[in-house]
Amino acid sequence: MTDEKQSVCIDCGTADTGKMWVIMGPQHPFSHGLWTLKAQIDGEIVTDAEPIVGYLHRGWEKECENRTYPKIIPMADRLCYAASMTYTHLYCLTVEKALGIEVPDKAKYIRMVGDEICRIQSHLMWLAAVGTDLGNLTVFLWAMREREYFMDLNVRLCGARMTTNFPRIGGVRNDTTELFDRDILRCIDLFEKSIWDTISLIDDSSIFISRMRGTGYLTREQCANLGITGPAMRGTGVDFDVRRDDPYSNYDKVDYEVPVLKDGDSYARYLVRIEEMFQSCKIIKQCMQKIGALGKNAPYRLKTPSNVPAGRAFARIEDPRGESMMYLVADGTDKPYRLKVRSPIFTNVSASKPLVQGSRIADVPVIMAMIDMCLGETDR
Amino acid sequence: MAETLQNPTVGQITEHLRNRFGDKVAVTKTEERRVYAKVRKEDVFDVCRFIHDELTFEHATSVLGNDMIDRLEVVYHLSNYYTGTMIELTADLPLDDLHIESVSSIWSGANWHERETYELFGIVFDNHPKLERLLTPDTYEFHPFRKSYKLRGQP
Amino acid sequence: MAYSSILNFITFDDPTANPFYPFGGAYNLPFDISYKLWDIIGGLIAWLINLILPGNELSQWLICAEVSNAFALIIFMLIIFIVVFVCTLLSLWMERKVLGRLMDRRGTMIGLKGFLQCIADGLKTFMKENVIPKKVDKMTYMWTLSLVIGTSVLIACMVPLSPRWFVVDYGTGLLIIMALFALAPFFILVSGWAQNNKYSLIGGMRAAELMISYEVPILIMIATTCLLAGSFNIGAIVDAQFNSTWFFIPQIIGFITFIFCATAEAERVPFDIAEAEAELVEGWQTEYAGMKWGLIMLAEYFRGYVSCAMVVIMYLGGWLIPFASADINGLIPEIVFLLKAWFVFFVMIILRGALARVRTDQIVNIGWKVFMPLSIVNLAIVLVLKIGGIY
Repeated sequence: MTDEKQSVCIDCGTADTGKMWVIMGPQHPFSHGLWTLKAQIDGEIVTDAEPIVGYLHRGWEKECENRTYPKIIPMADRLCYAASMTYTHLYCLTVEKALGIEVPDKAKYIRMVGDEICRIQSHLMWLAAVGTDLGNLTVFLWAMREREYFMDLNVRLCGARMTTNFPRIGGVRNDTTELFDRDILRCIDLFEKSIWDTISLIDDSSIFISRMRGTGYLTREQCANLGITGPAMRGTGVDFDVRRDDPYSNYDKVDYEVPVLKDGDSYARYLVRIEEMFQSCKIIKQCMQKIGALGKNAPYRLKTPSNVPAGRAFARIEDPRGESMMYLVADGTDKPYRLKVRSPIFTNVSASKPLVQGSRIADVPVIMAMIDMCLGETDR
Repeated sequence: MAETLQNPTVGQITEHLRNRFGDKVAVTKTEERRVYAKVRKEDVFDVCRFIHDELTFEHATSVLGNDMIDRLEVVYHLSNYYTGTMIELTADLPLDDLHIESVSSIWSGANWHERETYELFGIVFDNHPKLERLLTPDTYEFHPFRKSYKLRGQP
Repeated sequence: MAYSSILNFITFDDPTANPFYPFGGAYNLPFDISYKLWDIIGGLIAWLINLILPGNELSQWLICAEVSNAFALIIFMLIIFIVVFVCTLLSLWMERKVLGRLMDRRGTMIGLKGFLQCIADGLKTFMKENVIPKKVDKMTYMWTLSLVIGTSVLIACMVPLSPRWFVVDYGTGLLIIMALFALAPFFILVSGWAQNNKYSLIGGMRAAELMISYEVPILIMIATTCLLAGSFNIGAIVDAQFNSTWFFIPQIIGFITFIFCATAEAERVPFDIAEAEAELVEGWQTEYAGMKWGLIMLAEYFRGYVSCAMVVIMYLGGWLIPFASADINGLIPEIVFLLKAWFVFFVMIILRGALARVRTDQIVNIGWKVFMPLSIVNLAIVLVLKIGGIY
């Protein structure tokens, strides 16, 4: 079996005959969403690739300029359906920074819990997608089964499953509901046991590993230069996590580790994501303790003015898929003058040419699965 | 020749920028792990190269455009993977000369950000490898994120 | 002429007594059934005609030996096909249920524990419009499809279920089945070419790639089994296993290798690279829609069934239960055979539920670097056993 790392450049010969462009997408089983990867293949080997996005461009940023600040919260949910709470959180952070206010501790912890639930949820959806991309439906259904617990937790926290509309400028909409701490701990205990079914199905099988190992190889320098962020970056040896190195909310007050692997292939990115789910569980447990210690009557929301003073502010957080950033220009009215979203996938997918070049066409779905496409935030 | 700094502090960044570029770069504000600076548009490429090569800012978080009606702006957010420090560089573009040097040869990740800024604001990045429309259809002849392009209900 | 009794026309003759009996000396149960069925149908028609026009030639012609034999053969074909068809549908249903349980869901639920879903799906695909893309080579497009389906059905029908349930009893039966089995990838290659679609073309190429990497080990292992049994005749192979042990004991390496090769031959996960839906949409089937696609799926399950039957014949003692008396073995050998085949299919379903699709280069690697040496080792072991006089 081929376990050697494929070098990024395979000499494909000089003759141009026999090369053809295969257009994968926008309706293709491998593109999770509407995007296209034009791949030039020589036999089975991909010699060139060009991603095409934009089918879902809604002018999100422009739309925001026409809405008051609170009205953007539900819109921010729609940026990424798999991890909606992180984007709402990011938006609220940005506006709070422009307002110059500090939200109460309890709100910070509740937001962190929401973020981490979304992270696990998003990673499980990614795991499911990896299963189908590798040709195995069992992984898909098992991961989706685990994800359902976290959807139910979302319901417990805020009443909605996917697009939660939960954080508010100045806090969160509601306190944790009764019995939420009991449910979340039970759910995490169950998850930490039952996810091993799926992990062992993949990790004990040499087919799964041989499909992932050595594919989509990048060096640390390439990865940093291409702007790839998130678990894909940490699987390539860049030791950076916004939560740890540039902390927001109360991430500097909880104890967790950032998994980093130096292999730089798809398998390393897979392992990083799996470990991140366990670390998220750890964070949630600590946050629930802190929320309990703050007591029932601690404030969770501040009153905020509807007009944001003129100025600029940006905030960045660690999205499940990478580093996302919002940049706000306020002009003193109740509507933003300009709101820019930096989406992690937008940059990650622009790096698909160096990622897939030189690999086989059968590897393309696996490599792109490790990017974890989400078109809502890419095209905005 | 200044030595390469892997873990520059905010103070060091300010000092190096001032020593190297003098009054070409004006550091307007500093916060914890944040440096805000204004730069003339002719110097953007040199400043970015300096920041990338000698201050080890390996990652361009975003390049974005901004329509201030009397002028356009390009804002660069650059981040360091060792300290988590970010530099925000703002360059003003007069309306009659919407050209600026592309930084995608320094950070490949800035490539698509510049394409996006080009199609949405009409800011032309010189020496960009492929300055084409990305999100909007190729047939568009306007730049939809300019303030002159009104949404329904917008005054 | 006076009234003649219906019993003059329905006589229930012994088919073997017919001078045109096609199976030589061997007794054939499905032919017996179809011969008697024709006796009833043809006799009834002949009697009715005789009532109206007494003493006509047509009535006599309908029940004469030659015509009886010819119509019995037609009914025989139908019976053989329907039995194979139902067995295949049962394995399709089993796959849906077992795979569902593996994935923590229930599988199909409607009608007879979900069995009728297969029929509903079949009807649905048959109702679809016959769409032929504009730019395909229509002739090749349709012909290769028919040949893929035709050869699959043909070999599925040629698999004998017992010494009394067979279509042909060649001395080289096993070899002929395998030869027909190996034909389909060639048609897939041509079909992928004819479809004028890049995905189909790559899928067709991959089918050829798959074929060259698995045919050789499979043939070596078939030769090994035949060497052990001393014959290419399926009946002789089964009898040889009854007289000694099931062949998977001396050829345990070959058995495991053959199960994987048979999975590849049937183009099932983990070796379904020719239709890898993650990267190639549906591989070589991309341009086939509606009824054509439904038939391809059916043909695939026919091939899966044949693969399992091959494993049962070569390694699991065919239709005979070991150490049982001839009376017991003579009761329901067909059911014994099918149960064994479904057991092997069950193993294949588990493989499908647990494994991912391998890459093309890995398939060629496994085929030539793992299965090929293993089959040679298997052959060497069998040679030693044969020379040593143990078998």
